[in-house]
Amino acid sequence: MAGKIRSGLPILYLLSFLYLLSFPDPAASATPPDSPSVILIQNATVLTVSHGTIEHGSILIKDGKIAEVGQSIKAPAGAQVIDASGQFVIPGIIDCHSHIAAESINEGSVSVSSMVTMEEVLDSEDIDIYRDLAGGVTSANILHGSANSIGGQTLVIKLRWGQPASKLPFEGAMPGIKFALGENPKRSNFSIPGQPRRYPATRMGVEETIRGAFSEARDYKKAWDDYNKRSAAGEKNLIPPRRDLKLEPLVEVLEGKRYVHSHCYREDEILMLLRVAKEFGFKVRTFQHVLEGYKVADEIAAAGAGASTFSDWWAYKVEAYDAIPYNAALMTRRGVVVSINSDDAEEATHLNQEAAKSMKYGGLSHDEALKLVTLNPAIQLGIDKRVGSIDVGKDADLAIYNHDPLSAYAVVQKTLIDGRVYFDRERDIANRAEIEKEKKTLTEKLKKAEKKPEEKKPQEKKPEEKKLEEKPKPPAPAPTPTVAQAEASQGGAL
Amino acid sequence: MRRKATPLRSPLYFFNFLCFVCLFSAPAAGAQTQPPSVYAITHAKIFTLAGSPIEDGTLVIRDGKIAAVGASVEVPAGAQVIDAKGLQVYPGLFDAVTQMGLSEISAVSATVDSTETGSYNPDVLAATAVSPSSEHIPVTRASGITEVLAVPASGGFDSGGGRGTLGGQASAIHLAGWTVDEMLVKKSVAMVLNWPQIQTQTFDFATFSRKEKPYTEAKQEYEKQVNELTDWLDRARHYAQAMEKGSVSKYDRDLKLEALAPVVRSELPVLVFANRARDIRNAVEFCDKQKLKMVLAGGEEAYKVKDLLRSKDIAVILRPMLSSPPDEDDPYVRELSQPAELAAAGVKFAIASFDNSFARRLGQNAANAVAHGLSHDEALRAVTINPAQILGLGSQIGTLEQGKIANLIVTNGDPLELTTDVKYLFIKGQLTSTENRHHRLYEKYLNRPKASN
Repeated sequence: MAGKIRSGLPILYLLSFLYLLSFPDPAASATPPDSPSVILIQNATVLTVSHGTIEHGSILIKDGKIAEVGQSIKAPAGAQVIDASGQFVIPGIIDCHSHIAAESINEGSVSVSSMVTMEEVLDSEDIDIYRDLAGGVTSANILHGSANSIGGQTLVIKLRWGQPASKLPFEGAMPGIKFALGENPKRSNFSIPGQPRRYPATRMGVEETIRGAFSEARDYKKAWDDYNKRSAAGEKNLIPPRRDLKLEPLVEVLEGKRYVHSHCYREDEILMLLRVAKEFGFKVRTFQHVLEGYKVADEIAAAGAGASTFSDWWAYKVEAYDAIPYNAALMTRRGVVVSINSDDAEEATHLNQEAAKSMKYGGLSHDEALKLVTLNPAIQLGIDKRVGSIDVGKDADLAIYNHDPLSAYAVVQKTLIDGRVYFDRERDIANRAEIEKEKKTLTEKLKKAEKKPEEKKPQEKKPEEKKLEEKPKPPAPAPTPTVAQAEASQGGAL
Repeated sequence: MRRKATPLRSPLYFFNFLCFVCLFSAPAAGAQTQPPSVYAITHAKIFTLAGSPIEDGTLVIRDGKIAAVGASVEVPAGAQVIDAKGLQVYPGLFDAVTQMGLSEISAVSATVDSTETGSYNPDVLAATAVSPSSEHIPVTRASGITEVLAVPASGGFDSGGGRGTLGGQASAIHLAGWTVDEMLVKKSVAMVLNWPQIQTQTFDFATFSRKEKPYTEAKQEYEKQVNELTDWLDRARHYAQAMEKGSVSKYDRDLKLEALAPVVRSELPVLVFANRARDIRNAVEFCDKQKLKMVLAGGEEAYKVKDLLRSKDIAVILRPMLSSPPDEDDPYVRELSQPAELAAAGVKFAIASFDNSFARRLGQNAANAVAHGLSHDEALRAVTINPAQILGLGSQIGTLEQGKIANLIVTNGDPLELTTDVKYLFIKGQLTSTENRHHRLYEKYLNRPKASN
C-alpha cells in the first residue's frame, strides 16, 4: 500500500516505544472487563446477509449468542439496550488473509516449512488487532507468509482485544496451512547478496516441491497406518515410525483435517495446484490473492475451492499485471465462493469499502458485495455455523456503522464479539485526552532522565536499543523499499 | 440509505465507445479526421467549485477550453450535445503526487524510471520519462482523474525504491495525449526535495541486516546533508547571478546549477517530502532562511505543526488518509482526521495518492477524510482546485470556469463515492474514453465459454 512506508525519526520511535513499555496500549482501557449477558440492539437497519434487510430492526443477544432477530423485540429485564437509530448493523467482518497479531510471518529459509505454526507466535498486544476491530473486523485468518511453496500452519482468531493470546483462537475452527505459488516461493523479486538462489526458482520447481512433500507425506501416513493396524492387531515389539513434524500437518491435509490456503496469482499455477491436489486426493480450501482467478473461474468452482482476493490491487509485480477489480464479481458469477481480504493491517480497517467496489466493478448486488467480507469468508474458513450472518444461534459478532457500510462515508461505531463490545468509538474518543496526558507525563520524565549526565552513557542506552530490535514494528526507517524488499523485511505475503 | 446495485458497467463502456466512434468518424471512416471542437453538456447539475452548484445547467466547451457555464447558456450551433439529465458535472480530479508514466510494474526495474541514483539530480525532469502508453494512464483516468503531477524520487508503492535529496523536477500532465508534449500541462512544476532525516537505524538491503548508529553520529550525518544542500543552493545562487550578468559563458555550463536557478529565485517551488513534525519544522526553517517557495508533501504529522504551516502560508499535499497511524499510541483515526484538523486551522492542503496503481483510490481517500470531519466541499477542493493552486496552475485548471482548460467529468453521483461511475470524461476539451486494460480483460473473460472440465 502506498503511504505505509514509515519514514519518521528513529528517536521518536524510541520515545514512543518507551511509553509503550511502561504503559498499556492506548486502547487497552477500552476493553470492557465484563459485559452484561443480555444486550438488545434497537432501531437499526439490520443487514442480516443471510435473509435480507430489516429496517428499524432489533437484535437480542443472550450469553454471547444471537437470541432473536426481528422488527421489534421487547427489552427483557436487566438487558443493556443499545439504541442504534439511523445506524446499520452487519455481521462482524471476517478477514480471510491477515498477518496481524503475529510476532513473525515467514520462515523463509526452506521451501517446505510446514513444521512451524502461527499459533506459537500470536501477539495479543499487537495494536493492529484494535485498529482492525475499529474497522469492524471480528475474525481473521492468520496466515504464514508466502516465501515457501509449502509454508507454515495457520489459524483463525477472533479479535478479542485485551485478552491473552490463549483466548484469541477461534474455538473449533479447522486449522490451516499456507501454500504459495509463483514469484514469491521462487524468490523472483528477492535475493540476498552472496547467497545462492534457493530451490525452487521456477514454477516447475514449485510444483515439484509440493508433489515431493506430499509423496513423503503419503509414505509417512502409510507407515503410521501400518503400525497402528499391526499394533491394534496385538502384534508385540513393534517399533513406531519416527515422528516427523514437517509431514504431520501434510498428513492432516490428506485426511481432510487441515485446510490448504494457497497464495497464487497466475491462471496456470492455479490449475497446477488443482492437478496436484487431485493426484494426492486433497482439497484446496481457498486460493489466496488469486488475481487471475477470473480466467479459470469455472475450474475453481468445479473443484469446490474458494477464492479470496483483493479489491483493486494491481501492477506491483508481473504476476499482478493482469489483475482486475472485476475479479471478485467475475468469479462470483461463475459460482465460486469469493471473499475480499486485506493481507494488510490497514487495508483490513476498510474491508467494507473494498467489498463495495465489486458493485461498481462487475455489478454485484448490495447483498452479494456484503457477503464478500462476511458470510463468504466464514464459509471459506468453515466457521459459517458460528459467524458470518445475523441469524439466531450464531455468535453475536457484529459491527455497527453510522451509514450504509458499503459507502466510503460509513464509520464503525461499535464492534461486538461474543456479545461483548470490544470497540466503542465514543469510548475511544473519550479516552484520547487521558492517553495524551499520560504520554506527556512520560515525555517529561524521559526528558528529566536524559538531562542527568550518567544516563547519557552509551551503555545505558544499549538495553533500549536492544528491545527495539526485538520488536521489529515499526520498521526501521530505510530508503523506501520495493514491494519485494518490504515484503521480505516486514514479512508480508503480498 | 440502502444503495441499489450498480448495473453492469459494460453497456456504459460500450455506449461511451460508440459515442466516441460516432464523434470521431463523422466525415469518413479511416480518414485522419479532427475531433469536434465544440461540445455542450446540457441539463446537468454542475459543481463548478467556483460558486454554488448549478441545477439544470449547461456547459459549453470550445477548442479545449470552457467557453461558458451557467443556468441559461445557449447551446452553440454545431455543438455536439450531451444530454446529462440526472447526471452531475465536476472538474476532473487532480492527483498531485504520482509516479504516473514513470513506473509500470514496480517489481520490475526495467519498467521503472521514477528515481535516479545519486543524491543531487535537480536537472532530471519527469516529463522526459513519462510513457504515454502506460496502462496506468487509462486505468487512472477511468476513476475521474484527468491530470496528475508525475513526481520523480517520490517514493511510493510503485517507485522502485531509492530517493535522492534533490530528486528532480515534477511535471504536470493530462491523462490523455498521443505524445508527452500533447499531455503536458506544465513541464516543470516543482523541484523535489527529500528532506534529510536523522537516522539512527537503517536497513541495509545489501547485507540484509539492520544497522544502528549512535544518535550523535546520525545527527552529524544529517547536518552534513543539510550543509551539502546549502552548498548546492549557494552555488546555484552564484550561478544564477552570473547568468543574469551574462557571464556564464565564461564558465563551463552547469546543467544542475542551471536547473536550480529558478529555485533560488523563488520562481520554482520546492516540493519538500517530510512526514515527522521535527523534519517538517527543520524543512520550514531551512526554506525560510533560503527564501525557497515551499510546498510540503507527505505531512504525516502536519497537524503537529499546523500553526507554523499556517503562519508561513505553506500548503501541504497530504499522503493518503488510508494509512496506518505512525505510532502505536496514536489514535486509530490519526491519519483519517488530519485533513479536518488542517482545514480548521486554515492550512491549505491537497490530498494525493503518492502512487500509480492506487491512484484510483484518490476519491476514496478524500471521502474517508469526510467521514472523519472534513466538509465534502473541502474534500472535493482537496482533489481539484487546491492541488492546482498549490502547484501554480490554479488559473488553468481545477474549477469549471470560463477560459479554463476543459478537464471535467460527468458522473452519475458523488465522484468521491466508491460506487459512482464516470459516464463522460473530457481532457483538454476532448471526449476521452474511459475504456482500459482492466475493462478489456473483464470483457474477454466475461465471454469465456463455460469450461467443460
